[in-house]
Amino acid sequence: MSKSEEYSDIPGTYLFDKHACAKGYHLNNFCMSLMKDENRKAFLADEPTYLNKFKLSEAQRKAVLERNWLGMIQEGGNIYYVSKLGATSGFSFEAMAASMAGTTRENYRAMMIGGGRPIQGNRSKAEKAEQQKGTV
Amino acid sequence: MAKIIAGVGCSHVPAIGAALDMGKTQEEYWKPVFDGFAKAREVLAALKPDMVIEVYNDHGTAFSLQYIPTFCLGVAPEFQPADEGWGPRPVPVVKGDPEFAWHLVESLILNDFDMTIVNEMEVDHGLTVPLSMMFGQVKEWPTPVIPLCVNVVTYPPPSGKRCFALGQAIRKAVEEYPKDMRVVVFGTGGMSHQIHGERCGLINSEFDKSFLDRLTSDPKGLSEIPHMQYVRDAGAEGIEMVMWHVMRGALDDNAKEAYRFYHVPASNTAVGNIILVNPDA
Repeated sequence: MSKSEEYSDIPGTYLFDKHACAKGYHLNNFCMSLMKDENRKAFLADEPTYLNKFKLSEAQRKAVLERNWLGMIQEGGNIYYVSKLGATSGFSFEAMAASMAGTTRENYRAMMIGGGRPIQGNRSKAEKAEQQKGTV
Repeated sequence: MAKIIAGVGCSHVPAIGAALDMGKTQEEYWKPVFDGFAKAREVLAALKPDMVIEVYNDHGTAFSLQYIPTFCLGVAPEFQPADEGWGPRPVPVVKGDPEFAWHLVESLILNDFDMTIVNEMEVDHGLTVPLSMMFGQVKEWPTPVIPLCVNVVTYPPPSGKRCFALGQAIRKAVEEYPKDMRVVVFGTGGMSHQIHGERCGLINSEFDKSFLDRLTSDPKGLSEIPHMQYVRDAGAEGIEMVMWHVMRGALDDNAKEAYRFYHVPASNTAVGNIILVNPDA
């Protein structure tokens, strides 16, 4: 059996485990509230006031207001919940993905059309470091 | 008597549903995907199914993080397509079959699978996209659909082995049902993809192709892949593939591959589709 801690050597991956689920509970509840049109309108009309209804940490609140997608994931957001904020604020999934991957939409789209991010060099942090060393 | 005639493995990428709903199926980017599914529809229609049990996952739609059931089964007469943040998909209401669904619930629980029973739930793209792919744009879905929802969002999802055993228990339950019925089981989600974090966009076609091959050559061994291997090699969200083992467990050991289709990419995901048919179908 693999406990969730054993996943920590996978690069660029935030397993939605017991830690993230607890940390992100209120953040994800906020995102879930955006499934209702009246809530989407209320949020977009006055974001800070709407966010006061949820017990967000300062870091979570900042990430939401800045539409920092990677930041939300790092603060316990789950992508399926966070993507509801993306839809509410007019971000395509591609735009969110490119932002998390630290690249432009054009580059991200080209990578996907070219077959996606390769597994070689991305299995573990060690493998990634090894590959980066090789390309320098 | 009811019997299981076939299983369908099918990705459920939301962007495919959106492309269909917005009439983009002939665009260069999407055409290969929709051509692949057009042939799948012919193969499935020729099997004349009259009931679908669809194994899928909810994406923070019907279930928030307040309740996280591992396996649940919908017993309602109907299930409404959900508004996931951009309005509900323009697809028919999903009709269930309470009598059959309750039979499944009783049989599964009394055979040691502790299902959560759901009387009311909305269904998201996880359920409706595979229906659109396998049945097309229709006014009504051609068969009732029993939703069987699996938690693959919050770690840990059920093991592949447990999913396979659930499929075997479903088969037993179906065969105990007195009405004549040709049942198809859908296993949905996957294939390789990661849609969060800096590793976003990961695709592993080699893993996916081996997975599709082993559905017929080594189904039981395939179901024993540990979670770690999905997350590492098929992307964090690739773990959805455990749901395909429920479908496979419900079929005969020697079910034959009748159709396969694989394409990269649809949005962030590798799209896979397979139809496995029981010998006496």
